[in-house]
Amino acid sequence: MNNLQGLADYAIRAWFSVPDPARWPYTWLVYLGFILLAGLIAVGFAAGFAGPMSFIERRIAGRMMSRIGPNRVGPQGIFQFIADGIKSLLKEDIVPAEADRPLFLLAPYLVFTGMFGTFVALPFAAHVIAADLDVGILWLLAIPSLVVVGLLMAGWGSNSKWAVFGGVRSAAQLVSYEIPSAFALLSVVLFAGTLSTQGIIAAQGPWPWEWFIFRNPLLFVTFFIFFISALAEGNRAPFDLPEAESELVSGYNVEYSGMRFVFFFFAEWANLWVMSALATTAFLGGWQVPGMPAVEIAAMTGWRFVGWEALSFLIFALKTSVLVFVVVQLRWTLPRLRVDQLMTTCWKYLVPLSLITLTGNLVLLALVPERGVVDWMMRGLMVLIAAALALRYLQRVRANYLADRENYRKMEGKELWYPPYRLP
Amino acid sequence: MPFDFAVVLIFLAVSAGFVWAAMFVGKLVRPHRPDAQKLQTYECGERPIGAAWYNFNPRFYLLALVFIIFDVEIALTFPVGVVARAWVEAGHGLTVVVEILLFVAVLVAALAYVWGRGDLNWVRDLEHEAPLPPVEPPPDAALTREVHS
Repeated sequence: MNNLQGLADYAIRAWFSVPDPARWPYTWLVYLGFILLAGLIAVGFAAGFAGPMSFIERRIAGRMMSRIGPNRVGPQGIFQFIADGIKSLLKEDIVPAEADRPLFLLAPYLVFTGMFGTFVALPFAAHVIAADLDVGILWLLAIPSLVVVGLLMAGWGSNSKWAVFGGVRSAAQLVSYEIPSAFALLSVVLFAGTLSTQGIIAAQGPWPWEWFIFRNPLLFVTFFIFFISALAEGNRAPFDLPEAESELVSGYNVEYSGMRFVFFFFAEWANLWVMSALATTAFLGGWQVPGMPAVEIAAMTGWRFVGWEALSFLIFALKTSVLVFVVVQLRWTLPRLRVDQLMTTCWKYLVPLSLITLTGNLVLLALVPERGVVDWMMRGLMVLIAAALALRYLQRVRANYLADRENYRKMEGKELWYPPYRLP
Repeated sequence: MPFDFAVVLIFLAVSAGFVWAAMFVGKLVRPHRPDAQKLQTYECGERPIGAAWYNFNPRFYLLALVFIIFDVEIALTFPVGVVARAWVEAGHGLTVVVEILLFVAVLVAALAYVWGRGDLNWVRDLEHEAPLPPVEPPPDAALTREVHS
């Protein structure tokens, strides 16, 4: 019972008392039902992440800019995203008279499918994955290309100057940053020896010194190459040039309204989870539970199995959420790049750097034996450096909060109205 | 294995179906009252001038060409990368290092060529002379400069 097919077989045996599912004529129907159910759960997960995330991001933005953010609909404004969704559903769907109608109507489908296709090979917990493809990483690199096609279609099909600029620009940006991110993942594949996402997680361990990010100094750099390119591929600030509202109004989606418009942003917010989950899978040890190998979880039955699976999902979600928060924080901290700086960053810094790290990783793989003295020294060193960086980060957060509180007291003559853990 | 293919196909169908379902539900409840002004292309409130389908800057085309070369090369390198670890463990470390370094060398050569030609510069400096003769300064240039300063 360690994948979707196993689960379906188990259900056939238990519900229809069929001893051998492979010989039963209706097996394919049950399989179809299970896959459809898995697909619907995944869509629900994407929606359940993207919607609240849009609200959380706006609240975090408010806190960072010393304003309030949406806080009217429901307690603390938490139903804001539902209100936004209903509003978009009720809004008229306008197709400009000059637009290329088929392209215009088809574009949101491609953008959303390109984003959602990644959910096939994204792991969630110890054995929870829709299909553990043996070309998983290649699939995860390939299917987002549909987004590029979709954005180009949206831009060109709108027949608006802003949309054409935005579409062409975002296509250039997305394809450029695919190169460094592919090289970064190739470094990981070298060490894992497999393309399957579950296999890459299994090649790491639960403890930080067993993760790929801390395995050697070059993989540490590789992680940041991957993270920066993933930011750019997700159109996130500081790389959100396609929708630079101060120069392009809104870019490729300028002519869209209502639900069609929402799907572009749905894809963007769900993509936050996709890129963070991919980074967690490839570099941060995935769902590995300390002291409990996945093989032992698979051998369990009943509620113990469910409990350990849930724990592994929580660990995975926690790591991913930390990355998501960093991405959101970056968006509201850094200024936007200029278009030529964007291309320079990619082709003149990230691509050569990723070629260097790939070569270095290859040499390290060939020369340094795994779990030898040098290997452990490198891992220990990297974990120490990372711990120091994390400590420094927390120290800065605390100092900023204290300074904020002091300023508020000086200005208003009373205490800050929010504790450090709560949004204003 | 056929099961995995089925999962991929059905997931893609589910995502397209989700978009379609949302659009369909929206169609039942949203208004539909188009008029000529509403359907006009947006151009910051001005009346749009001409279509937007014109030739855009060729640097996007150059960039796409460079991308294709790199992407094909990456797709060819992945299979070697997958078996690299097994080969190193089997004692063929040197073979796999040389093999991947060959791929990387081709890419470095390509990158150096493109970089040297200046195709990576977003704002390109055209080294040849401008096709039009330089404009003669107007006879009263000195006077104009005086007025402006």
